Amino acid sequence: MFIIRHRNIFFAITGALIAASLIVLAVFGLRLSIDFTGGTLVGVSYEQGRPPAIELDTALKEAGFKNYSLREAGERNVMLRTGSISNDERENLVAIFSLDGKYPATVDQLSEIGPTIGAELRQKALISIALVMLCILLFIAYAFRKVSQPVSSWIYGLVALVTLVHDIVIPVGFFAILGHFAGAAIDTLFVTAILTVLGFSVHDTIVVFDRTRENLRLNHERGRKEDFADTAGRALSQTFTRSINTSLTVIITLLILFFLGPASTRDFALTLLVGIIAGTYSSIFLATPLLVTIERKYGKRK
Amino acid sequence: MLQKRVAALVVLLVGVGMGYFVYASQTKPILPFKLGLDLSGGTQLVYRADVSNIPSADVADSMAALRDTIERRVNTFGVSEPLVETQKGGGVTGTSEQRLLVELPGVTDTQKAVSLIGQTPVLEFRLVKAGVETIPPDVATSSLDQYFEPAAITGKHLESAQLQFQGQTGLNQAVVVLKFDSEGTKIFADITKNNIGNPMAIFLDGTVISAPIIQDSIPDGTAVVSGNFTPEGAKELARNLNYGALPVSIELIQTQTVSATLGGQAVAKGIMAGLIGVLAVILFMVLWYRLPGALASIALLVYIAVMLALFMLIPVTLTAAGIAAFILSIGMAVDANILIFERAREELKSGKSIEEAVSDGFGRAWPSIRDSNISSIITAVVLFWFGTSLIRGFALVFGLGVIVSMLTAITVSRTFLKALGIRAKSGPVRFFFGSGISL
Repeated sequence: MFIIRHRNIFFAITGALIAASLIVLAVFGLRLSIDFTGGTLVGVSYEQGRPPAIELDTALKEAGFKNYSLREAGERNVMLRTGSISNDERENLVAIFSLDGKYPATVDQLSEIGPTIGAELRQKALISIALVMLCILLFIAYAFRKVSQPVSSWIYGLVALVTLVHDIVIPVGFFAILGHFAGAAIDTLFVTAILTVLGFSVHDTIVVFDRTRENLRLNHERGRKEDFADTAGRALSQTFTRSINTSLTVIITLLILFFLGPASTRDFALTLLVGIIAGTYSSIFLATPLLVTIERKYGKRK
Repeated sequence: MLQKRVAALVVLLVGVGMGYFVYASQTKPILPFKLGLDLSGGTQLVYRADVSNIPSADVADSMAALRDTIERRVNTFGVSEPLVETQKGGGVTGTSEQRLLVELPGVTDTQKAVSLIGQTPVLEFRLVKAGVETIPPDVATSSLDQYFEPAAITGKHLESAQLQFQGQTGLNQAVVVLKFDSEGTKIFADITKNNIGNPMAIFLDGTVISAPIIQDSIPDGTAVVSGNFTPEGAKELARNLNYGALPVSIELIQTQTVSATLGGQAVAKGIMAGLIGVLAVILFMVLWYRLPGALASIALLVYIAVMLALFMLIPVTLTAAGIAAFILSIGMAVDANILIFERAREELKSGKSIEEAVSDGFGRAWPSIRDSNISSIITAVVLFWFGTSLIRGFALVFGLGVIVSMLTAITVSRTFLKALGIRAKSGPVRFFFGSGISL
C-alpha cells in the first residue's frame, strides 16, 4: 500500500498543514461572534435600495453607538455588530437604519446576548469538544479491546484522538483566514460543525480500524504470519473506495447546502465542508500510517 | 422466495404509505411541521430571574409562579402558541441561574415585546430587619438589604387588586387594595400578628411605594397600598397587578428576533437544497453502484419519509440548523449501503455467487457500521447537552438521522436485494452488480 510505504511524506504534508493553520491562527487570531462575547447583532434589509455605508455610519454615531462594526451583506442587507443596546436604541433601530425614513428599512434579525451567556457558551463549547474526544477515546479503546496484538486498543483510541486534533486545527485555521478576509466569526454553529466533523471523522477512522481488526483476526485464525504494516495497508486499500465514496456523497450534499441553502447556514456548511475533507484525509493518510509507525517502534513482537 | 417478495412489497408499501401520510398531512395541515422561530419568524426572549432573596426550597415554586404570571401576560398579546418555560442556566462550574424563556411566534417587534412583558410589575413585601432602629428617609436601592428582609409573602400570593378611594377629608386619595389568596391570607395574618408596631414596606419594581406601620393583625387577607397615586396611576397599577405581579424580579439577558420573510426564505432555500441534494446522491449511487445503488436510493427515500413522519409525530422543532442536519444526514445515510456494497463487491471478486456475496457483505459490514455510528451518536448526545435551542434542533435531527438511516439502509436494501433473488453468475446481471468503472 503506497500510503503506508510513503507514510513519512504524508506525515510531512499533514505536519505542514497543521503548522500553517497554527501560524495563521497566531497571526490573524479568531473573531468570536456575539454568541461567545455577548453583544448585539442586527440584520437590516432594504427593499428599495441601500443607503451608502458612510451615511449609515454617521447616523449610527449620531445615535450614540460607539464600538460597532457595520458590514454590507448581499445586495440589499447590512449587518451591525455591537455591544449591548438600551431600550431606546432598540426602539430607534428602524429610524436610524432608514435614515429617518429616507431609505425604507426592515430589521430582519435582531439577536442580543448577555455577557454571562456568552461566557457560559464559551465554556460549554470547550467542554463539549473535550467531552466528545474523551468519549471517543474510551469508546474506541472499548470497541477494540479484543485487539491487543500487536498494539493495544488504547493506541487505536489515541491515534484516533490525534486525527481528531488535526480535524479541529484545520477548520479553525481556515476560519482564521475567513475571519480575517471576510469577517466571518466563530459562533455556536461553528462549534456544532466542529463536533459533527469529529463524529464523522472518527466514523471514517473506525471503518479502517475495523478492517485492520478483522484482518488481524483472520490472520490469527489461519495461522498466517504477516507484517502489521501489510495487514493495516491491506485494510486501508480495502476500505479506500468506501471512504472516498461516503465522503463524496456528504460533500455533494454540503456543496448544495452551501450554494443553495439558507444564508444562516452558509458558513456552517463551509466549515463542515472543510472539516469533512480534513477528516477524510486524516482517516486515510494519517490514522493508519500513524498506527503502523507506532507499532514499528513499540509493538509487541511475537 | 414468495415470502421474501411479500416482505419487500410490505416495506415498499410502508414507505409509500409514510410518504403519502407526510404529503397528505401537509396539504391540508392536520399535523403541520413545527418550525423554530428562526424559520417561522418571531421573537425569543430570555430573562434571568433574581432568586437570591428566596429560600432555595421555594425557588421552584416561585419560578412556576413567575412562568404562570408571564404566560397570562403574554396571552393578552394575542400571540398564537406562545411558549413560556423556566430553564436552569449557568456554566458547568459556575453557580446555576434560574431563567425564563419566552417565545413569541409572529412577533417581530422586539422592543414591543420587551416593553409589554416589562410592564408586569414586581411586587414585594419587606419587613425591617431585626436590630435596625431607624431607617434613613432616602433609602437607596443598594442599601435595601441592610435594612429590610423579604417577608414570606410575595406577589405570587396575590389574588386580585382593586382601585379604591380613601381619605380623611373625603374620598380623594386613590389607593390600591390587594386581596391575597387563601395561602397568602394565612401567611399575611401570621406576619402581621408577629410584627405589630413594625413597618412593612411594600416595594413595586424595586422601589418603596409605602411603608405602613402594622397596627394590628390582619386576618382577612387584604392590604391597602397607599402611595401618592393619581387615580390613573392607581388604576394602571391595579390592572397590571391583576394580570399578575411577578414574585421575583427579572432581567432581560438575551433576545433573538427573525422576521417572517427571512424565515420563509430560509425554509424555501432549505427545501430546495434538500431536494437537489437527494437527487444528486441518488444519481451518484445509481451511476456508481448500478442496481444495488438504485435499491439504496429506494432505502434513502424510505429514510426521508420515515424522518419527516417522525418530525411531525414527535414533534421535532425544525430550525435552519436542523434542516442542515437533515440534508447532511442524507449524504451520510447511504454510508451503510456503500460499506455493504463495497464489501459485497469484494466477496464477489473472490468468486462467490451474488447471493452469497450480498449476504456476506451485510454480515461483515455490520460491526463497522455499528461502531462508526455509535461515535456519531456520542457526538449528537454531547451536542444536545451543549446546545442552545437552535443547536438542539441540529443534535436531535442528526442523532435521529444516524439511528433511522442505519435501520433503513440495512433492512430496506437487504429486503429488496433478497427479493430479487438473483442467482446468475455471469453476464449482464453481474454488470448490474458491478460498480464504478470496473466490473
